[in-house]
Amino acid sequence: MLLLIATCIALMFYDHQRGHLEKIHAALSTLVYPVQAVVNAPYALAGWAQENLATHTALVNENTGLKRQLRIDSVQLQRFAALEQENARLRKLMQAGAKVAGHVVLARLLAVDMDSFRHTVIINKGAHDKVHDGQVLLDAHGIVGQVIRVGPVSSEAALITDPSQAIQVQINRTGLRTLAIGTADVNMLSLPYLPNSADVKRGDLLVSSGLDGRYPPDYPVAVVTVVHRDPAQPFDTVMARPVADLDHGHDVLLYFPHKASPPPAKPEPRTVKRTPGKKSR
Amino acid sequence: MRNPPRRRANWVIVASYLVALLLTIWPLPNWAEPFRPAWVVLATIYWCLFLPHRVGLLVTFGVGVLMDTLTGSLLGEHALALLLVAWITLKLHLQIRVFPWWQQTLAVLVLMLIYTFVLFWVDGMLGYTQGAMLRWMPVFITALLWPWVMQSLMLLQQRYQVS
Repeated sequence: MLLLIATCIALMFYDHQRGHLEKIHAALSTLVYPVQAVVNAPYALAGWAQENLATHTALVNENTGLKRQLRIDSVQLQRFAALEQENARLRKLMQAGAKVAGHVVLARLLAVDMDSFRHTVIINKGAHDKVHDGQVLLDAHGIVGQVIRVGPVSSEAALITDPSQAIQVQINRTGLRTLAIGTADVNMLSLPYLPNSADVKRGDLLVSSGLDGRYPPDYPVAVVTVVHRDPAQPFDTVMARPVADLDHGHDVLLYFPHKASPPPAKPEPRTVKRTPGKKSR
Repeated sequence: MRNPPRRRANWVIVASYLVALLLTIWPLPNWAEPFRPAWVVLATIYWCLFLPHRVGLLVTFGVGVLMDTLTGSLLGEHALALLLVAWITLKLHLQIRVFPWWQQTLAVLVLMLIYTFVLFWVDGMLGYTQGAMLRWMPVFITALLWPWVMQSLMLLQQRYQVS
């Protein structure tokens, strides 16, 4: 008994120091994957049935809606492309480095509940699909969270509302930077470090600033819902609602940042005249 | 063809634990989630009470680690809580076994309190202190479920002559 308890405590201790037990975690996650798959099966089946047994009119209606949405989106994209070019030009003028873009891969959430006090989810992509620790999850609306544990065929990710998670954000309207911290409520992020004098209003959009080196910059994170200013307190009480579909999304996007290309090497000034037999470099 | 009783018994126990694990991660609507009973604790208490020579601390430890993986908690957290529950049950199994059902329910309540306390304690050290009140909800629900779970597992045990 004592030995087992000691094992438990040692396990917890080493697990808390991330990275020591990755192999055990990977093995265990493969072991329990069938259980998760069984729980997920009815939901997967329902999704499949919905796709395959839909009536013709429903499909046509959906198709029309999607086409309309696509048209609206592509018009927006045209403007975006122009803006992006302009932005790149301006950045060049200011001699700032180009922003690093990335590409995304679709992943699916398994319909399983984990600990109700942690906001973690299981996705159906693992080390086989080149998922890596700390990888960012997005959805159609904004940032969802990050991968915290990678298994061979599945991975575990923490939502931004998990109490252990914090994300560097900036208020889109003013550029003011602050931290948004998970509250264990799926509809709420807390912004505890905004001083009383901060310019923040209800409805302000928070976007990721990218300064944490983890989340890509300029993705929407949350919308400010509550600003409570108490002159007696040094900080405001500010709450925000995540824009991503955290509690009923089933598809997420895994963000793969492109490797930051090294700045183009400056062509060496070739002013030195080469004399035969001597190297000029 | 009949399996030898020993192997059959193992299958029944494994199946009951599997069902308990499935129910642990079965998706519930958000409002119902704090009320989810601790199925694995119920299974552990039952087998430790009635088959202490088969289900001991090692099995409990294994189930606990599996549960840790399934719920994404720290490895060893649920294992530790389950171990304490199993250990107390094994120590007192002769007394608890002959209790009337309502006293057994009270015993389960106390065991669940210990279980929840250990989980809360470890989570508290990690900074997961939200929802402190909601944590005690499963304690009562699990204890209230005990008579039914005990009856059904007992039927199962008699049906398959697990001993």
